Amino acid sequence: MADPLVVIVGAGPAGVRAAETLALAGLQPILIDEAERPGGQIYRQPPAGAVRPGIYGLEIRKAAGIHGVLAGLGAVDYRPRTLVWNVFQDRLDLLTIEGHGEQRFDRLILATGAMDRALPFPGWTLPGVFTLGGAQIALKSQGVSIGRRVALVGAGPLLPLVAHQYVGAGAQVVAVLDVTPFAPKLLQLLGLAAEPGTLAKGLWYTARNRMQGLAAAYGVRAIRAEGKRQVEALIYKDAMGVEHRIACDAIGASCGLRSETQLADLAGCAFVFDQVGRQWVPQRTGQGRSSVPAVYLAGDGAGIGGADAAELQGRRTALAVLEDLGRPVDLAEAARLDRRLARQARFRKALENAYPFPDHLLDDVADEEMVCRCEGITAGALREAARDKDAAEINRLKAFTRIGMGRCQGRVCGHAAAELLARASGVGIEGVGRLRGQPPVKPIPVLGGVP
Amino acid sequence: MTERLTTDVTIIGGGVAGCAAAVALRRVGLKVVLLEKGACGAGASGVNFGGVRQQGRSLVELPLARRSRAIWDKLNEMLGEDVEFEATGHIKLARSEADMAELERYARDAAEHGLELQLLGANAARADLPWLGEKVVGASLCAEDGAANPRLVGPAFARLARRLGADVREHALVNAAAREGERFETRTDALAVDSRFLVNAAGIGAGKVASWFGEEVPLGPVVPNMLVTEPLPIFVTRSVGVCGGDVYVRQVSRGNVIMGGGRGWGDAELLHSGPTTDQSLTGMRKTLDLVPALRGAHIIRTWAGIDGQMPDRIPVIGFSATTPDLVHAFGFSGHGFQLGPVVGEIIAELIADGRSPSPIEPFAITRFAEASVLPAAAAGVEH
Repeated sequence: MADPLVVIVGAGPAGVRAAETLALAGLQPILIDEAERPGGQIYRQPPAGAVRPGIYGLEIRKAAGIHGVLAGLGAVDYRPRTLVWNVFQDRLDLLTIEGHGEQRFDRLILATGAMDRALPFPGWTLPGVFTLGGAQIALKSQGVSIGRRVALVGAGPLLPLVAHQYVGAGAQVVAVLDVTPFAPKLLQLLGLAAEPGTLAKGLWYTARNRMQGLAAAYGVRAIRAEGKRQVEALIYKDAMGVEHRIACDAIGASCGLRSETQLADLAGCAFVFDQVGRQWVPQRTGQGRSSVPAVYLAGDGAGIGGADAAELQGRRTALAVLEDLGRPVDLAEAARLDRRLARQARFRKALENAYPFPDHLLDDVADEEMVCRCEGITAGALREAARDKDAAEINRLKAFTRIGMGRCQGRVCGHAAAELLARASGVGIEGVGRLRGQPPVKPIPVLGGVP
Repeated sequence: MTERLTTDVTIIGGGVAGCAAAVALRRVGLKVVLLEKGACGAGASGVNFGGVRQQGRSLVELPLARRSRAIWDKLNEMLGEDVEFEATGHIKLARSEADMAELERYARDAAEHGLELQLLGANAARADLPWLGEKVVGASLCAEDGAANPRLVGPAFARLARRLGADVREHALVNAAAREGERFETRTDALAVDSRFLVNAAGIGAGKVASWFGEEVPLGPVVPNMLVTEPLPIFVTRSVGVCGGDVYVRQVSRGNVIMGGGRGWGDAELLHSGPTTDQSLTGMRKTLDLVPALRGAHIIRTWAGIDGQMPDRIPVIGFSATTPDLVHAFGFSGHGFQLGPVVGEIIAELIADGRSPSPIEPFAITRFAEASVLPAAAAGVEH
């Protein structure tokens, strides 16, 4: 009997570790990834040939570890530059530079990762406004800063990290503005100590930023970007309500991460509401099993856990696949991973609590503010549909207003739209449902049709 | 606890036909309860191509399509909102002499029903659609046909029905209905509705409803597969189809080009459906042959939905053959969006007057009981 075909989507920390574990167990997994080189977003590499030591900072060893795994494993069928745009039953639909293709699987591990959670604020569509993750990718992949005078604003651990990386790379960072208050960070220290190494790094970044004159302001509100043709200033109110204006030509702004869940949705996975992340995520067991027997979930694509947790989940999920295939499994290793994942979970909960969701940004969104930039849908249009057309559910809102119908299919605007709808309807955000996934998960060329 | 309602008419199904019936019935003063399994207008009524097309319809459907087309002109005013109806014209292309002969024959027949079609030669067709990629022999243009936004029409009818006093219940799946004496009892998990009349406008679920009253009908699923591009500069100024029906395309005012591409997959029991990749890719290739300008464009979304289809591709509209006061309206076979508004009026006429001025005899449910050999299916899959 032929070996079972295990396909992994995503070559970030979770996908790479899953591939490694399966290959070491004697299987020949297929690892499919959109990027040119492995690493995912967190350990994204510059193009082949470019060398940028130092851009990973304290994470250099972890990054190098992930980057080097595949080179040492002949058994992994690694397929970079390949978009998986649909899952149906046991088939993946692919797009490569050569055109459309398909890949069958017996077992599928989705390690699709996460992207920034962008929230609208006045001026957020101006040229020069990036997400924090986008600012980081510009640095890691292209070796450039998003501007000459860069203001960073938002919430989540990416904020001090990007500040640290930008300063380290020689960029001029003119402000680090945290839209969440400082107090919760202190309150969560005990929980954060579940991962003392990571906590120490976070404190180090913050301290280094401070030493370099980049003390973060906490509890910042009412942020807005101004400029004629592009960003010229970031205006905000500090925790005391005093307005400040900072001249800058680029802004990195986002509030935490959201899981990339579309493929799991198309694969038919059941979803649950993640209260901590305020998002619907595919349901998974601690071992990475989804509600669909052949489909497994590892890493941030099914709830945000961060890169370290993703590596552990990649390994743990691969063990579950091996177990389900009737292969021998190192039970001691499985137990060790389970313990480390439990610690990661405590840390993550504390981290999310340290950066509570910035409700005030959504409460402040004015009617004229653009929410869906693909389709040009304003907050006012969403509120009107909710009020006058009984659009109490997010897919209904989509049908009436086109929100989430554009190129990004709601990956960028979907969260904000759900938050605004929940406010307009007077229900919790879990009460408005989630945007249904539709293929293709990213745009595909018409020209790619079968000859 | 079961909530009990008493009404004049219970309507099963909140598609365009069911919601339009609720509106028309309220206008003649009857009390209405409408039960919809999901959200109104979100089934076949909401996921179709959006074609408001008379051209190419079965000749027996044309009187209804004509009457419905008149309603479309005043629909925005009636509904109190813009459903994006535009009479862009529908042009049907002939790619062979045989196709052209078919178009000429159809144009003659349609003229007898008052539908004026304009036959175009190859040069005139190309002048009308200068971007055409495929060699065409000619075309037939129906200037008064067009398209509307299917996502808006059904819900707008449902809201109007509510404003007129209909009791519209969404997420109310009917799991039983029966005649008891002179009345109907219709049940959902939470509701029991007692009514004098019952309307079966349950789309793909209508076969099951009919079977509760001893009427077995050969209603099957049809799952149109749809694709849409990112917004592009406007150039597809007509709704376009071809003889054979395997390609159809239009561009919405936002700029997105919508194309039909074969059949999706559907589970009529689970009411679950989705697009099929092979069909989507084939549809893309065929559309590209017809519209080469789409060469650099991207598909941003695909979808599918389940409609009910009869073997002869025309609907069932009219009174039940087994049960008094039961009215059927289902099996629209992909034609229900354009016909929906008039079907609502016809349902109300049947209930209020016992008859409709429109010729609905060809749509009698009895045609399947009587005919051992089914009429040949009309060609084409364009919706």
